Amino acid sequence: MPRPTPFHPRTRELCTSLSYKEWAGYHAVCRFDVYHDREYYALRNQATVMDATPLYKLDVRGPNALDLVNRVAVRGFDRHAVGRVSYVVWCDDAGKVLDDGTITRLAEDHFRVTSAEPALGWFQRNARGLDVTLRDCTDRIGALALQGPLARDVLHALAGSAFDDLRFFRARTEAIRLGTSSVPLLVTRTGYTGDLGFELWIENEHALALYDALLEAGKPYGLLPMGLDALDVSRVEAGFLLAGVDYTSARHALIERQTSSPFELSFDWMVQLDREPFVGQAALRRELERGVSKRFVGLEVDWNDFEAIYESFRLVPHLETATCRLGVPLYRGGRQIGYATSRTWSPLLKRYLALATVDASCAGLGTELEIEVTCEYERHRARARVTETPFFDPERKKA
Amino acid sequence: MPGSNHYDTIVVGGGHNGLTCAAYLAKAGKRVVVLERRHVLGGAAVSEEVFPGFTYSVCSYVVSLLRPWIIRDLELARFGLELIPLESSFLPLPDGDSLCRWSDGARTRDEVSRFSPRDAETLAEFSRAMGRIGRFVRPIIDAPAPEPMSLKPADLIGLLRLGRHFQDAPVDEMELRLKLLTMSAVDFLDEWFESDVLKAPMSVSGIIGTFLGVRSPGTAYVLLHHYMGEIDGAFRSWGFSRGGTGGVSNAIAASARHFGAEIRTEAPVQRIALRGGAACGVVLESGEEITAGEVVSGCDPRLTFQRFVGEEHLPDDFVAAIRRYRFRGSSGKVNLALDALPEFACRPGAEHLRGDIAIAPSIDALERAYDEAKYGTFSSRPYINIVLPSLVDPTVAPAGKHVMSCFVQYAPYEITGGAARWPEEREAFGDAVVDTIAEYVPNIRDLILHRQVITPWDLEQEFGLSEGNIFHGELTLDQLAFARPANGWARYRTPIRGLWLAGSGAHPGGGIMGSPGALCAREMLGRRAR
Ligand SMILES: Cc1cc2nc3c(=O)[nH]c(=O)nc-3n(C[C@H](O)[C@H](O)[C@H](O)COP(=O)(O)OP(=O)(O)OC[C@H]3O[C@@H](n4cnc5c(N)ncnc54)[C@H](O)[C@@H]3O)c2cc1C
Repeated sequence: MPRPTPFHPRTRELCTSLSYKEWAGYHAVCRFDVYHDREYYALRNQATVMDATPLYKLDVRGPNALDLVNRVAVRGFDRHAVGRVSYVVWCDDAGKVLDDGTITRLAEDHFRVTSAEPALGWFQRNARGLDVTLRDCTDRIGALALQGPLARDVLHALAGSAFDDLRFFRARTEAIRLGTSSVPLLVTRTGYTGDLGFELWIENEHALALYDALLEAGKPYGLLPMGLDALDVSRVEAGFLLAGVDYTSARHALIERQTSSPFELSFDWMVQLDREPFVGQAALRRELERGVSKRFVGLEVDWNDFEAIYESFRLVPHLETATCRLGVPLYRGGRQIGYATSRTWSPLLKRYLALATVDASCAGLGTELEIEVTCEYERHRARARVTETPFFDPERKKA
Repeated sequence: MPGSNHYDTIVVGGGHNGLTCAAYLAKAGKRVVVLERRHVLGGAAVSEEVFPGFTYSVCSYVVSLLRPWIIRDLELARFGLELIPLESSFLPLPDGDSLCRWSDGARTRDEVSRFSPRDAETLAEFSRAMGRIGRFVRPIIDAPAPEPMSLKPADLIGLLRLGRHFQDAPVDEMELRLKLLTMSAVDFLDEWFESDVLKAPMSVSGIIGTFLGVRSPGTAYVLLHHYMGEIDGAFRSWGFSRGGTGGVSNAIAASARHFGAEIRTEAPVQRIALRGGAACGVVLESGEEITAGEVVSGCDPRLTFQRFVGEEHLPDDFVAAIRRYRFRGSSGKVNLALDALPEFACRPGAEHLRGDIAIAPSIDALERAYDEAKYGTFSSRPYINIVLPSLVDPTVAPAGKHVMSCFVQYAPYEITGGAARWPEEREAFGDAVVDTIAEYVPNIRDLILHRQVITPWDLEQEFGLSEGNIFHGELTLDQLAFARPANGWARYRTPIRGLWLAGSGAHPGGGIMGSPGALCAREMLGRRAR
């Protein structure tokens, strides 16, 4: 049975819909109200706070901490100063992605890894001969994602100017006042929404005090608690893939075709091959020589086609307002060339978006494909075009 | 001579329809200039920071019928358009009770059951019936009006299309449609519901912008508009535009500029220049002359024909039709800047304030408000439609403060002593509105930091809306479709060659919809192409 997060006593009171799901062993709110719209619009116009505690958190400490992250991740951390956060994937020996997450350099010899799945075992296996201490701190640290155009104002109302100048993908720890005590708060300028935002990391014992103080600070700004449904729409708009939905971790794949390399996830920019050895390096080199066979892309479904299919049944087009994670085939020239794994109507962009994996030959921007659309239990096809991601990329995200 | 001051098309008026027309023409490669009298764009869809830090949607305040295909064609989301749905409809009652209708059907059912369990059950059936009809009506607002007088093949096909939609409908639905076309809003709702508390706020959509009461025949069909709104490609009723309704106009303007249109503000047009009976340009009030192959007017029919063209240049029957065309403005607007969120005595909290709020205590009260107006005064206890967009859109007010937009009916253009007396009555009208609200929000007066009162006279003088009609002429059946603005002239063409009508006085009419502008551009381009 899932466990409660340290924020659960508060979110339980607010979650009137009783709509939860299990996330990495924890109870996680899908939506607080029966619809998630309000949370979505608050995210894009005001600010929201989401309990992100279930993210796995691993502390890597010791004289060889840097060597270990360099050995595991597909990018190197030599030039990453203290206070820098990086998005990264790590692979198995076959060069297939195991997980994606962030790695923050908290001190010269201290890195914090976040991930969708437990990472302790994998890092331990690769730590042979290195002087490091590994500790999973998932259960000790609560995480809150504070996101939205007014996130900085809310953070300022909470913590004064301590984090005002924190830059995109940077981290900082400051003591803030919560009630009568002074509490260290780690803030990273990160998130999974593609918006301006921060993630707040705090020891469990102060979690509730932080939650209360944050909601109070956010009142004049329209801050709302947000659940996973609104997150799922926003992350598609941001073009972020989700492990277990848009790709299968090599750890869970039953056959090779279910796995993906970083190149196949279109993370070419992330992979640094020319450096000290890391896990999967040789396989990735070979893959590049052979040529990458599939690619992760963004798609926009042609609305007129989509509407016409419904019109032929004398229906108005209907889309779930939440992201649909049911994979559907993609075609080109009558042949299946891939599949779309996440589809969502973007209320903001007024476009029907999808994240998909396609044959590398069909991955060029603007390539026209066909996507399967099921209407009244009948299969139809609508045109879809390969589109640049992020679909939504506001200036405020990095400003 | 075509020179820098010569354009393919001049668009008179930078309202959202004029801008839409210009954007489509520019997108098709035309050299276009938009000339707007005021210092801001948008006409009745405008946002202005009237009081520092507070942005009012000065006139229109919610968006519903803005056509999704226009949003796509003009890439309005990319140019800054963002719509935020209204979450609820709240009705405070004088006896301390209240009704809130939510997007959550189950919750609405519970609320309505307190007044009538039967109505609560009927509500879903009603929505479904109206939704189905709305769907059949939709093609009508997305295409030029059919011209029943004409025998051109294209028109016949259009008519057939409508006819076919009509024929396909089950018999009970045809009957429903006929009822909608002829009955009063109240009579129509009486056939479905028993509770006044439900019927009163529903009936008011039948009277918005017309000088009729909820019991006047012909007001039923406007109810449909509430079931036709689609702000998300899917059917969903009403939304706020981020930054106020001017956000819609600004996005359209940005798109028009992107496609190459030139847009000038503070460029009031004095008249449309004619040569050999055809429009050939405009003369500005400054005396500046601008020439063009064609002229589009985004202003209302009275301004366009009686002022810019002049009756002497128009055929008599057309002049007579335009003179007959009814404006009779009956609405006003009060915009408030508030120091804090208002608290309704009957239901504290804010959750139910994120949609619209209707001051419509009963059908009798609405009818009484109309009675007063019939005899030449504004209603002392008017119908008010309130929204607090700052609850969901932080760009319109400082943190913790709010804007309160109050649409008010009735405020008849012709008050006793003449419309020009409105400036003297303006503050008294504003007081009546605030007093009415104070019956529900006792401390409202203490919260008001700034108040803007807009009377029908102001709508005419400042916004160029003749007789203050918010829709460029009443949206009654005799002034719609092939009769808008005059029989035989519903296809955006006018008796003056080279002059087109693209504003809300053309089919399919008023509201932030964009269709008149877009459909006019299509007609213009289509004709050229042939
Ligand atoms: C108080 C009020 C509330 C409303 N509420 C809503 C609502 O909530 N939702 C909704 O959908 N609709 C609403 N409406 C109706 C809607 O706003 C209008 O139907 C629509 O905005 C009209 O757009 P338009 O482009 O056709 O004309 P307009 O917006 O009237 O544009 C005409 C333009 O021409 C300009 N002009 C006038 N004279 C000249 C001249 N001599 N030279 C150059 N330019 C000139 C005007 O300044 C104006 O910009 C409301 C209207 C009002 C007045």
